[in-house]
Amino acid sequence: MIAEAGFAALWLAAALAAYQFLLMILALRSDVDVARPMRGVAVVQGGMTLIAFGMLMLAFARSDMSVALVFENSNSAKPFIYKVAGTWGNHEGSMLLWVTILAIAGAFLALFGRRLGERTLIAGLGSQSLLALGFYAFLLIASNPFARLFPSPADGQGLNPLLQDPGLAFHPPTLYLGYVGLSVAFSLAVGALLTGEVDSRLARAMRPWVLGAWILLTLGITAGSYWAYYELGWGGYWFWDPVENASLMPWLAATALLHSINVLAARGALKAWTMMLAVIAFSMSMVGTFLVRSGILTSVHAFAIDPERGTFLLVLLALYVGAAFILFAIRGATLKEGAPFELVSRESGLVINNLILSVVLAIVFLGTLYPLFVEALSGEKLSVGAPYFNAVAGPFGLVLAVLVGVGPLLSWRRERRAVLGQLKVPALLGVTALAVTIILAPELAILPRLGLAVAAFLATASILPLVGRNPLRAPLATWGMVIAHAGIAVALAGIAANAGFTSERLTVAKVGETLTVGPWTVLLQNVTPTAGKNYSALEAELRAARGADVISLTPQTHYYSDPQTETNESSIRTFWNGQLYTVLGKPDPSGGWQLRLWWKPFVTLIWAGGALIALGGALALFGRLWRLRRRKEPDWRARYI
Amino acid sequence: MSRGLRLIPILLLVWLVGGLAWRLVKPPSPAVPSQLVERAVPSFDLSPAVPTKPGLKSADLRGSGPRLINIFGSWCVPCAAEAPVLNELKKRGVVIDAIAVRDTPDAITAFLDRYGDPYGRIGNDPRSNVQIDLGSSGVPETFVVDGQGIVRRQYIGPLSQSNIPGVMQQLAELR
Repeated sequence: MIAEAGFAALWLAAALAAYQFLLMILALRSDVDVARPMRGVAVVQGGMTLIAFGMLMLAFARSDMSVALVFENSNSAKPFIYKVAGTWGNHEGSMLLWVTILAIAGAFLALFGRRLGERTLIAGLGSQSLLALGFYAFLLIASNPFARLFPSPADGQGLNPLLQDPGLAFHPPTLYLGYVGLSVAFSLAVGALLTGEVDSRLARAMRPWVLGAWILLTLGITAGSYWAYYELGWGGYWFWDPVENASLMPWLAATALLHSINVLAARGALKAWTMMLAVIAFSMSMVGTFLVRSGILTSVHAFAIDPERGTFLLVLLALYVGAAFILFAIRGATLKEGAPFELVSRESGLVINNLILSVVLAIVFLGTLYPLFVEALSGEKLSVGAPYFNAVAGPFGLVLAVLVGVGPLLSWRRERRAVLGQLKVPALLGVTALAVTIILAPELAILPRLGLAVAAFLATASILPLVGRNPLRAPLATWGMVIAHAGIAVALAGIAANAGFTSERLTVAKVGETLTVGPWTVLLQNVTPTAGKNYSALEAELRAARGADVISLTPQTHYYSDPQTETNESSIRTFWNGQLYTVLGKPDPSGGWQLRLWWKPFVTLIWAGGALIALGGALALFGRLWRLRRRKEPDWRARYI
Repeated sequence: MSRGLRLIPILLLVWLVGGLAWRLVKPPSPAVPSQLVERAVPSFDLSPAVPTKPGLKSADLRGSGPRLINIFGSWCVPCAAEAPVLNELKKRGVVIDAIAVRDTPDAITAFLDRYGDPYGRIGNDPRSNVQIDLGSSGVPETFVVDGQGIVRRQYIGPLSQSNIPGVMQQLAELR
């Protein structure tokens, strides 16, 4: 019954979405007041998807093997938390989660979107329902999560140990929440283009959604990066892998949107550009979902290729994004640009920020898809890897980081104050850092060296907006900006230190042998077999010493029999000034063991910076929402009727 | 903004969707063509891996007819699985030379006794140097080399029965 109830709820939600879309057409073509019924429909639709998702979760929690999806992806012997996480750890379930979040976002928009013009809200809700409708069709036609098996098998097949990881259980939902949060920005942009009400009110209504989505994407990317770092065993935190890029591209677009939306909210300028970015940000989310779900780009996250699912998603992508672009081409010209601004002003600072972010986005986009297009045209295979991305995106990133320190000091419209004077101290610190690296580390490559200098500059420049005023009276949004920008400096310092100062030792060692890596001497004491719950393992005992510090590390290699897989479980020790990262590899024919050792100075700053950036975003979001609550504007009904 | 400019996103989207659709229709093949294909093998000189057979050097590959070079290790399970196919090819008159990677004479002899011995020459490559020069990333891999020592094809992973007709045909063409 559980599965059937879920299936019925999903159908109902689809029907409500269709009804909601029809209501929008009715409202835009006539004067019928549909705002109230439409709000109700959107809320009930969100409730229905929640019921459908809850039913699937229940089926997983109770290990109901008569449901095909549970049989394929779960097993009664799994720990309970992974049974529940299994709900979205597969294709059908994750698409159901996607549409659930989409519909609930629509419900929230209906409930709290009152600051918008009524017609724009209706058009936005209509657009959101059309987005959801496509995904309902996708689920109901191409990938029904509630399909039954008869006769029902005794137990499930899904005991893949690799997927039993807390990181993997919560990483996808975080990213999905971010992706789908951008759908609201998309729908509001489409709605506003339809009604022509592209103004600062729209920007203020859109901003919390973009900010929320951006925070979650930041967290998702940071967490995903750390997961790849400790799990893959190669000491890298970012591989420019297509699936990683698929999450980075929406983030870049959302970052640009977050900044341009401020210009629209404060000054009513950059209308067309902001609408374009809102469309692009969600398009990138859909491209990302498509790349991951269709499996067309080979990567470490490789999923099986499934042409039917891929085709469905691609058609949805083409329809939605195509429709939005066509709408933009038709209506974009009718948008009147807002207040003018001068060359040196906060507006133009944000325009430059947007330009650089767009260029980086284009670089990542091209690099990710270039191999595909070259092969399509000439049949030649090639791959684009880290050297391209680092060399091309790195310098732009550095320039952007410098400007991040300058931009917030500029004032709207026209800059009259001596901004350069304020930057004396940060610039001095940057130059000092540069000089110190030249003296202490003359061999350092150019990008890490500049990275450290820029990080020193930005770390101080980013707090300037709080200097010269009472910090306690500064708005939370300003605090959020300062913390997020300081987070960029912290992450940049980590990236540069890791790139410039990592010592690496990849070698074959016999038991009793001593190796050195960075400041550490590491002794391979022993390699012993041990047994885990569902795997056998080899464990190396390492004794690492640095001065008076003596620690022991135990990297392992796990061998799973079902399915036959082998994983390297790295052993990592964190210190205030870096991480010692050890991996046990295969036995060598010579009788030794392959060992991979890294000393990575200040590498943890990368993720600490990511967390700071997200924290800054959260503060800004909290501050904005708090203000909206306090400033009780008259309801739109009072103003329009 | 001019009309032309506003159409650019649409054109980009058409381009993107076209490319992605093409990939969906034509999934990527896992085989990566070697950069060495249609080029001469790099020069190398490997000592004999077992006392009973000669070693392998690049000069051996010139002027003596097309052949296969099989890269294997006695410690490699897929290599054992591949052995019947190589024996079948040998029976049909194919010359097969080999490079034994990270191996010892005793282990190779035991391997050949157990799974059959299709090889003419076996070069010993204890540190994978020649394997890497050849652009081989694992074992087993098999190169088709013509009479002038030029690599014509690289098979990654074990050969299977279904590869036999293709290998025979290519060798016949090269003769």
